Amino acid sequence: MVSTIEYWVGIDLGSTTTKAVVLNQAGDTLGCGITNSRSNYDVACSVSLAEALTDARFSLIAKEFAGQADSKAILERLELAFKEAQFREQLADLQQICMGLLEQRKAPAVYAEALTEIFNGMEVEAHDLHQHGANRRSDFFRDLAGASYLSLAEKVSRDADLSFEQIVGLYDKAILEVEARMPDGESFRLHLDSALECGGFDEPIRATITKVAAIDLVQSGSVGTGYGRARLPFDKAQIRSEILCHGLGAHAMFPGTRTVLDIGGQDTKAIQVDANGIVTSFQMNDRCAAGCGRYLGYIADEMNLGLHELGPMAQKSKKCVKINSTCTVFAGAELRERLSLGEKREDILAGLHRAIILRAMSILARSGGIDNEFTFTGGVAKNPAAVEALAKLIKENYGERTVNISPTSIYTGALGAAIFALRGRDVTGEEAA
Amino acid sequence: MSKNQMTPDVQKDSSQLKQKQMIAEHYTRLAKAPDTGEKNAYTFVPGNLTELLRSFDLLPVLPEINALQSSMRGKSREYIAIAEKLGHSEDVCTYVKCDLGMMKSGNVGPTGERLPDPDLLLLSYTGCFTFMKWFEILREEYDAPVAMLHVPYQGDGVITDSMRKYVVDQLKTKVIPVMEKVSGKSYDEDRLKEMLTRSAKAEDDLVAVLESGKNTPSPIDAYFGGVYYIGPIFTAFRGTQDAVDYYEALRSEIDERVRLGKGPVTPEGEMKEEKYRIVVEGPPNWTSFRKFWKMFSDEGAVVVTSSYTKVGGVYDNGFRHDPDRPLESLAEYCMGCYTNLTLPSRVDMLAKYVEDYNADGLLINSIKSCNSFSAGQLMILREVEKRTGKPGGFIESDLVDPRYFSAANIKNRLESWFQMIQQRRDG
Amino acid sequence: MSTDLQTLLQEAEELAFDIDSSYVKAWKEKTGGLAIGYLPIYVPRELLHAQGCLPVGVLGAGDNLEIIRGDAYYQSYICHLPRSVIELGLTGRLDCMDGMLFPAICDVIRNLSGMWKMMAPEKLSRYLDVPQNFDPETGGLFYRHELEELSADLVKLGARPLTDEALRASIEVYNRHRVAVQSLYRLRQDEPWKVPSSELYLILRAGVILPVEEHLEMMASYEAAVRADTTRKPMDQARVLLTGSFCEQPPLGLIKTLERSGCYIVDDDLIQVHRWILSSIPTEGDPLDNLVQAFLSDTIDSPTRYIDDGVKGAELVQRVKDSRAEGLLFCAPSFCDPALLDQPMAVTAVEKAGIPWTSFLFSENTGQFQVIREQAGTFADSIKLWS
Repeated sequence: MVSTIEYWVGIDLGSTTTKAVVLNQAGDTLGCGITNSRSNYDVACSVSLAEALTDARFSLIAKEFAGQADSKAILERLELAFKEAQFREQLADLQQICMGLLEQRKAPAVYAEALTEIFNGMEVEAHDLHQHGANRRSDFFRDLAGASYLSLAEKVSRDADLSFEQIVGLYDKAILEVEARMPDGESFRLHLDSALECGGFDEPIRATITKVAAIDLVQSGSVGTGYGRARLPFDKAQIRSEILCHGLGAHAMFPGTRTVLDIGGQDTKAIQVDANGIVTSFQMNDRCAAGCGRYLGYIADEMNLGLHELGPMAQKSKKCVKINSTCTVFAGAELRERLSLGEKREDILAGLHRAIILRAMSILARSGGIDNEFTFTGGVAKNPAAVEALAKLIKENYGERTVNISPTSIYTGALGAAIFALRGRDVTGEEAA
Repeated sequence: MSKNQMTPDVQKDSSQLKQKQMIAEHYTRLAKAPDTGEKNAYTFVPGNLTELLRSFDLLPVLPEINALQSSMRGKSREYIAIAEKLGHSEDVCTYVKCDLGMMKSGNVGPTGERLPDPDLLLLSYTGCFTFMKWFEILREEYDAPVAMLHVPYQGDGVITDSMRKYVVDQLKTKVIPVMEKVSGKSYDEDRLKEMLTRSAKAEDDLVAVLESGKNTPSPIDAYFGGVYYIGPIFTAFRGTQDAVDYYEALRSEIDERVRLGKGPVTPEGEMKEEKYRIVVEGPPNWTSFRKFWKMFSDEGAVVVTSSYTKVGGVYDNGFRHDPDRPLESLAEYCMGCYTNLTLPSRVDMLAKYVEDYNADGLLINSIKSCNSFSAGQLMILREVEKRTGKPGGFIESDLVDPRYFSAANIKNRLESWFQMIQQRRDG
Repeated sequence: MSTDLQTLLQEAEELAFDIDSSYVKAWKEKTGGLAIGYLPIYVPRELLHAQGCLPVGVLGAGDNLEIIRGDAYYQSYICHLPRSVIELGLTGRLDCMDGMLFPAICDVIRNLSGMWKMMAPEKLSRYLDVPQNFDPETGGLFYRHELEELSADLVKLGARPLTDEALRASIEVYNRHRVAVQSLYRLRQDEPWKVPSSELYLILRAGVILPVEEHLEMMASYEAAVRADTTRKPMDQARVLLTGSFCEQPPLGLIKTLERSGCYIVDDDLIQVHRWILSSIPTEGDPLDNLVQAFLSDTIDSPTRYIDDGVKGAELVQRVKDSRAEGLLFCAPSFCDPALLDQPMAVTAVEKAGIPWTSFLFSENTGQFQVIREQAGTFADSIKLWS
């Protein structure tokens, strides 16, 4: 077995999430990682990279067990135990910071007691969250711990007659500190050890896992992209526009792609690429963010629904309401007016999804339309109602077209960046020669 | 950054010094006008009648220039807020609002001195609908006579005899009589002819300067640098000896740069490597002018020619003011300004620029304030791409409203565009 | 409402929002004539009519069409009308037009004329420049020449040449049309409950599609029907003048919203082409000169028109008085340069005259009216309270 593997990484620093994709020398994807973006861009990058490397190691481990009958179960057990160990470390950190804050504020002792009670509850939930079949609504510590903390804090503060706002305030402050921590180089091994300990694995399995974990992953190149790329801790030469990365990434996923539509939180991009994934033209939404993913976020908040619940609900509609404005400012008002007129929620939602896709269709038309194979990426590509509306409008306006959506489409930009990083090796190599 | 780098070479050029001095003297004259009794006329850049005004010894005041100067001095946000508080819509031209705000704040001009109230409002309604409303607004504020010159649009891409006659007739019956009344002087065609002779001379030199962008490397930036080069001829000085001298000096300086194979001078110093040659359509943003320019110069992008340097007159098609046909050539000048051209003519011109200047593509800076420029630009972009096979770029900003300059957004698009050009070159 | 009236209104609504140009296609088939589309606000329809052409108002698709390709032509800070006109064009709905006229309204419509030349190079596309100098010897000559060029263009398309006799006849029929429109406006001023603006709007909008002779009949039937209708009773509503929506048209829902919120619209700027020329145009003498002269000296004071010697807003104040309106609604399309640049000056005049006013913006496809309903309702209440 090799003791060292070289890798090239692409990092896509988006407005809501930061993604990393790690490639080997042959250009195969070793692993992908994602984390929520935060004010400290360096940390967001490092965390996403650490996640991608973890993913890469799990892939290597999976390879070792390939063909074994119980390989799937072994890996799931290992991953869950690993994630729980990761989670617990952050939870302990969070608790310590919260306690520290209480001390600083000289809060009455009842608060410390309440906090301990909350964290005890969270410990239990942490375990439950990492069991086979558990329903995790997010992959990010911030969301999981936040939900758990909030529900427990509500109960505890009510029982002890304490200020709920005060207790929530502690979390809001502490989570920022937890998220500002740079990932520790040793943490993978520590969490793995703890996972092996708790996982109850047989010795031969443990030996194989430990052996793979010892492989040295060495970074040989990196390229950054995305909304916040200018603030990435990279040289200018290592930074590429997200347009180019998206085009190249979509081409790598679906080589027949000629048009890419990406609807993210803050912007919508339509990109045309040639047979080599080289961008030939692109258009973005203008200064007005109407019709971007954020709009759906407002709607979800307004309806008190989770973002992922919007699409399925809209799909129940039998009579799509006509909505003309995708202005985020008026989203709430429009929604309330429709509801007060007695329109059904699902019909309004269907109309809203269609309205967003109509905006995207305009940007697509601006960029040159859809002549050939088409790939849809970005957060909104995960929304089934949006996909349905898009497919329908494409058919109406451009005829039958292949529409690709990858389950890993969120990594499109990072993948493109990683390919640029790998190509950069060739360029540097030539220069050196 | 060292102090030397902060001071671009161009500052030392004699043409630059000359222009500074011309502008300073002009504003001083305006500031002293209430004492000296010199009369002035407020008027617009496109289709301006500077020679005619000056033949009556009327000094031009240009509200657009005041607005952009206010913006470069960081005053436009405040001025626009004043106008919006007075009920002017957020949706309309910010030049108008900035000008109105400046007026309401004491009418202090770019040199810090108060500008005189207008003795004449010369509304040259050329290529921009908003001009008409702008002067209707000013007319409510000032008790000055208005001379309205309606310049017909080149709807079919040509100037017809009827259009020419209409403008000349208006000059004779509407404009000149008011100028005579305001100035107390009679129309002196010989004097006008002398001025037009000088105009044509300066125009020759201007065209030589602007066309120097065809060289590789281009010795000029024809957008950011270009706005300085067009200054005197587009504003108060066309037809003066000062303008002739300025353009002579400028031309020889640029010729020298061509001879030495030098690139353009930017605020960051002389540009070393010319990586991208681009054609720009649309006015610049004034609120972040330096920052905006830097986004280009940092990437090695040089604007080799632009449409904005044609708003105050298109001369590179051969048009010159003609002393033998004084009023007719003034009429043709007015009708020939860039924003008075129909869209097919603009597409022809821009596509030809991309070819003639050996450019990598057309970039459109779409200005929220200016529908005359902006309405239809997305179609212009597609048509020019189609004809030249070169990829177009598109960014959005505003003239003087800092709320509409999103540096991150513009930089993102520009970088993407430049990288796209590079990637396509690399194949 | 009688069934006749109901049928009439239904017919008018179908014509008014006939985005597929079905009527125009049928008309062409039947008559073999030319159809010439025109953008708001004003074109000399008499001239088109005299040469046997059908003038067809292209007022945008309102809220009846999803804009997909049209949006690709315009930035977000440009009004909505040209988007839907482009969408109509690109979807083939205006293919039946033999030519398109783009009158001088603003820079957006002006530039659209050039875009149309590029989009439909085989069709007539003409920017109709109108003088802002109203002296017959300068602006008048220029405008006459513009009309002569237009007339020659029509002949090139196959229309019959313009004759004085035909033009006189056309002026005559449009004079009758002007009288009929004025009669409806007067009836609405006198008994607004009898002529709901949402109905009047449909009737007038049908008139930019129908040949003038047929529209005269439609208006006569409508007027007779509402005069005879005894079921319509006065309500306690505030009388308002609606101004600012002369080019891009408000959706019908907006007009209905204003009426439901307690306003009687007693004068407006809607479908202005019918009322641009104020009085009857003389038929004796040179009819083309008469048409030109009417444009120079006998029109509405639109914000698109330079006010030479007059006082800004004076005409608006006069209209408020003439229509006995109790308040003024500034109702301009978003990003409409003429309306919005004009508004502060108009407000000054209106305030000086002590006329209550309020303002809001719309676009032709505005879908929600809650804010406007509340605003207009409050405005109407305040008028009723203080008057």
